[in-house]
Amino acid sequence: MSTDENLLKTPLYDLHVERGGKMVPFAGYLMPVQYPLGIMKEHEHTRSAAGLFDVSHMGQCYIRATDGGDPAAALEKLMPGALQVLKPGKMRYTLLLNDEGGIEDDLMVTRTHEPDGMLYVVVNAACKDKDYAILEEKLAGQITLEPLDDRALIALQGPKAEAVLAALAPEVADLGFMEATAVTLEGVVCWVSRSGYTGEDGYEISIPQEEVDAFTRRLLQNDDVELIGLGARDSLRLEAGLCLSGHDFDASVSPVEAAVTFALGKKRREDGDFIGAERILKELADGPKKVRVGIQPEGRAPAREGTPVADMDGNEIGVITSGGFGPTAGGPVAMGFVPAAFATVGTEIQLIIRGKAHPAKVAALPFVEQRYKRKTS
Amino acid sequence: MLKFTEDHEWLDIEDGIATVGITDYAQKALGDVVFVELPEVGATYSKGDEAAVVESVKAASEVYAPISGEITAVNTALEGEPALVNSAAMDQGWFFKMKVEDEGELDELMDETAYADFVAGLE
Repeated sequence: MSTDENLLKTPLYDLHVERGGKMVPFAGYLMPVQYPLGIMKEHEHTRSAAGLFDVSHMGQCYIRATDGGDPAAALEKLMPGALQVLKPGKMRYTLLLNDEGGIEDDLMVTRTHEPDGMLYVVVNAACKDKDYAILEEKLAGQITLEPLDDRALIALQGPKAEAVLAALAPEVADLGFMEATAVTLEGVVCWVSRSGYTGEDGYEISIPQEEVDAFTRRLLQNDDVELIGLGARDSLRLEAGLCLSGHDFDASVSPVEAAVTFALGKKRREDGDFIGAERILKELADGPKKVRVGIQPEGRAPAREGTPVADMDGNEIGVITSGGFGPTAGGPVAMGFVPAAFATVGTEIQLIIRGKAHPAKVAALPFVEQRYKRKTS
Repeated sequence: MLKFTEDHEWLDIEDGIATVGITDYAQKALGDVVFVELPEVGATYSKGDEAAVVESVKAASEVYAPISGEITAVNTALEGEPALVNSAAMDQGWFFKMKVEDEGELDELMDETAYADFVAGLE
């Protein structure tokens, strides 16, 4: 157990405490799990207006090729997404794989506008040291990785995010989903992407750490903006059907099992030129043994992570990997692994909560429709 | 007679029956309550047994039998409106009623003043 003294603080720590944030240990940091508004209202506010999240604990880094060429060529050996084709200002969700085709972490890779094709990469807080070590070891001599420890990261999410941010910099309205660019906000040059982890439209803003407190306070002057803690961040992403690294997948789980095959580039599958491809291509062809699905409990009892999943005869067949109450869904929602034969939407299953069987059904993901602003052009 | 436990439960004792709920301090600490699993009427518990479960958006917490005895009623209103635990923790948000089996157990509980001091010591 780590004591509070060992925990890191983000540059917004003082603001969280000042605003009544309930600070809890998370991935080595003291982070706000909720503010006085409460998880339910924070969740609903993000769906109806704009929620502001401190995600400065996440790992931001620049990756360049040592030979001055495209760093994506090296990354593609460990990641199954089409990264070399990324044009400046384009962003992609991808996976860091291991030799066995398991997922070490999921991450966002963005092509910057730098002439050397430098990539801006964001990885999960709990995995950043591990991810950086894997990249530097497996791609030794091919890439240089520069952690951006002097930058904070905040996310502004929800239907009013565009209006809130465009009031400070109208050009952010022109960004499409999964696009990014440098934007001057309140006189500070920031890296802004149209992306997030809530299923809502919104932005993620990478900003020098010494500027983030003042900028966050400026955003909070807008009545449509509320600070949102980790509790609502989790219920929002769960309703949106998005994976939480280390929970909905771990290093033993393949992209096919985790149902994130959209992250496998079409040509990348054909070429099979990434580590772990043998297992992944085989599972794509023959089907996986187990697969992540949405699970809709039929009663009111939430099924938490670790809850056993059983067939209608009571045989244990799987496990809940993320589960709780979905404020927008208006009831309990969950995701978990079941054998491929049980993966069809509507399949009846049982959840063993505190020793008692509760009826449930395999459900389509997401539970709440994603509302990204995709560019049609 | 109103009594309290160190697990932040309250007991309102009248004619040998204790109505049991969680305190305002407890509901605030839990956050938005979304589900309550209640015991069955007729079940008997010893002091300290897990008698109910209260689930907030974030986590599940056990509610322990504050005294020994038989369950005589449960608050079925919580099935449809678990948020009563937040909005009316000390009255409409009650969980269950139980027979007081051993009056002596009541002496070990705190009165309102002692509980207020106990909570003040936690903050």
